[in-house]
Amino acid sequence: MLKGDLTTRTKTYQSEAVIESLIRVLGFSTIGFVVLIFLFLLRQGMPFFFQVPWANFLGTRWYPTFGLFGTLPLILGSILVTLTAIVIALPLGLATAVFVREVAPNWAREVLKPLIEVLAGIPSVVLGFFGMNIVAPLVRTTLDVPTGLTAFTGAIILAYMALPTIVSVAEDALDAVPKSYRDAGLALGATKWQVIWRVVVPAARSGIVVAVMLGLGRAIGETMAVMMVTGNAARMPLTLDSLFRPVRTMTATIAAEMGEVAQGSVHFQALFGIGIILFVLTFLINLAAARPIFQKRRRGGLR
Amino acid sequence: MNKFVVQNLNFYYGKFRALSGVTLTIPDRQITALIGPSGCGKSTFLRCLNRMNDTISGTRVEGKVLLEGQDIYERRVNVTDLRRRVGMVFQRPNPFPQSVYDNVAFGPRALGTVRKSQLDDIVEESLRGAGLWEEVKDHLNQDALSFSLGQQQRLCIARAIAVKPEVILMDEPCSALDPIETLQIEELMQKLKVNYCIVIVTHSMQQAARVSEWTGFFWLGELVEFDSTAKIFTNPSQPLTENYITGRAG
Ligand SMILES: Nc1ncnc2c1ncn2[C@@H]1O[C@H](COP(=O)(O)OP(=O)(O)OP(=O)(O)O)[C@@H](O)[C@H]1O
Ligand SMILES: [Mg+2]
Repeated sequence: MLKGDLTTRTKTYQSEAVIESLIRVLGFSTIGFVVLIFLFLLRQGMPFFFQVPWANFLGTRWYPTFGLFGTLPLILGSILVTLTAIVIALPLGLATAVFVREVAPNWAREVLKPLIEVLAGIPSVVLGFFGMNIVAPLVRTTLDVPTGLTAFTGAIILAYMALPTIVSVAEDALDAVPKSYRDAGLALGATKWQVIWRVVVPAARSGIVVAVMLGLGRAIGETMAVMMVTGNAARMPLTLDSLFRPVRTMTATIAAEMGEVAQGSVHFQALFGIGIILFVLTFLINLAAARPIFQKRRRGGLR
Repeated sequence: MNKFVVQNLNFYYGKFRALSGVTLTIPDRQITALIGPSGCGKSTFLRCLNRMNDTISGTRVEGKVLLEGQDIYERRVNVTDLRRRVGMVFQRPNPFPQSVYDNVAFGPRALGTVRKSQLDDIVEESLRGAGLWEEVKDHLNQDALSFSLGQQQRLCIARAIAVKPEVILMDEPCSALDPIETLQIEELMQKLKVNYCIVIVTHSMQQAARVSEWTGFFWLGELVEFDSTAKIFTNPSQPLTENYITGRAG
């Protein structure tokens, strides 16, 4: 009897071992593909950094047809659009998350949460189209600028794209704050809002940072919508009003020019070089997003 | 001098009646202990005294709870004002995940105190009052969660007294602590009762006997007996009480 029991257990162990190795193969191949893509990117793009002198690709002018490959306006363009998007999306997203978690009645929360998550699925072309036809004219007339296709317009669209992620992740973070903290605050005679802003939100800080970083990660890599609404002029966004002028981002440059370059040309390599810069930037952002999580783990779990 | 007068208090979680007909008076500047088996409504009663039950939806109160003669369930009562007068310490130490200083300063800040020098004074005074000052005075900016549970619980007491309440409610404040830490809290309670009315829920009858002047025995949502601690533990008038304190029931 006992012996029989033991053999059945061994059998389940065997099937478990099979499943485990399968999962391991899948896991490693996923990592493998990412590494392969990165290697491919490196192979295509690295030559650019050696062929073109520093002064050129760190220059301020991007005119590939004249051999000018200054990536600075593109990098700054991406950063300007992304940062502005975050400045718009963070307060909105946090406020929405607080509303959904702390203010809305239960039934409303159950409707709102999935609804917001569905928003994340709107294809970016659709948003770009919306941006071109609705937001851009609005920006042009209200701000009285020559064209509505500006960095600001792109930032609005990107903020809109980042919002669902920010709201959803931040809401989870607020939800994870233990009731005992809220009770402690209320028992001290703090009002509901004091408890939210001074206890709950600070306690959820690391989760909110992750929310913003994930939203940011999506925003900086976004291509289609941005290309459609930012006007795509590769100029240095250095003056104060450049927020309300056309800019060009790294992603839009790659997408717009990749179709018409000769394979293996310097221009071709330059586009891959931009890809590497973008990859590194996104990687750094994700790393920064993951840091607070790891820190919490080390301190003994999220409390 | 009586701090609380409770008359015919009934309490409901939805349809479930957790307290029925509780009537008692709680004296000021003394320690009142509430004992009874698990689930008999001790915590529920305690949370009626600072209206923390308001945070649970579907609850209902009948009867009167008078704080210095004023019914705290009257419509025009401001709950945040009430809770500033009636502080609470919870079963699990629950300092905010912030610095020691910010924890103690939380209440005064919520009340509108912003001057740094004033806050410094309150923080020091409260930490001294909770017997924690010497241990933490060089670590005021350290994360409160990095201290031992006993220290965290005394920090919670410091945080509670920082808003200068009149009453401190304690719901099994020592159940997460070791014997030495428990002793520290009990000694602290003896010091605090000079200035505060203290109500403590405890599962330890020795603790109730050690620290309190008055003891109430709850059973299935009813207050079976309320009397001086000496009387309850030497000569209870109800057989139920006697069975419970001698360990024959519960
Ligand atoms: N939030 C709640 N919703 C519904 N019923 C509750 C709630 N909290 C407590 N109760 C019920 O009310 C009764 C009294 O609970 P209470 O927590 O006051 O008991 P207690 O004496 O403090 O017990 P313990 O010694 O275990 O802490 C119990 O039957 C419990 O199941
Ligand atoms: Mg209890």
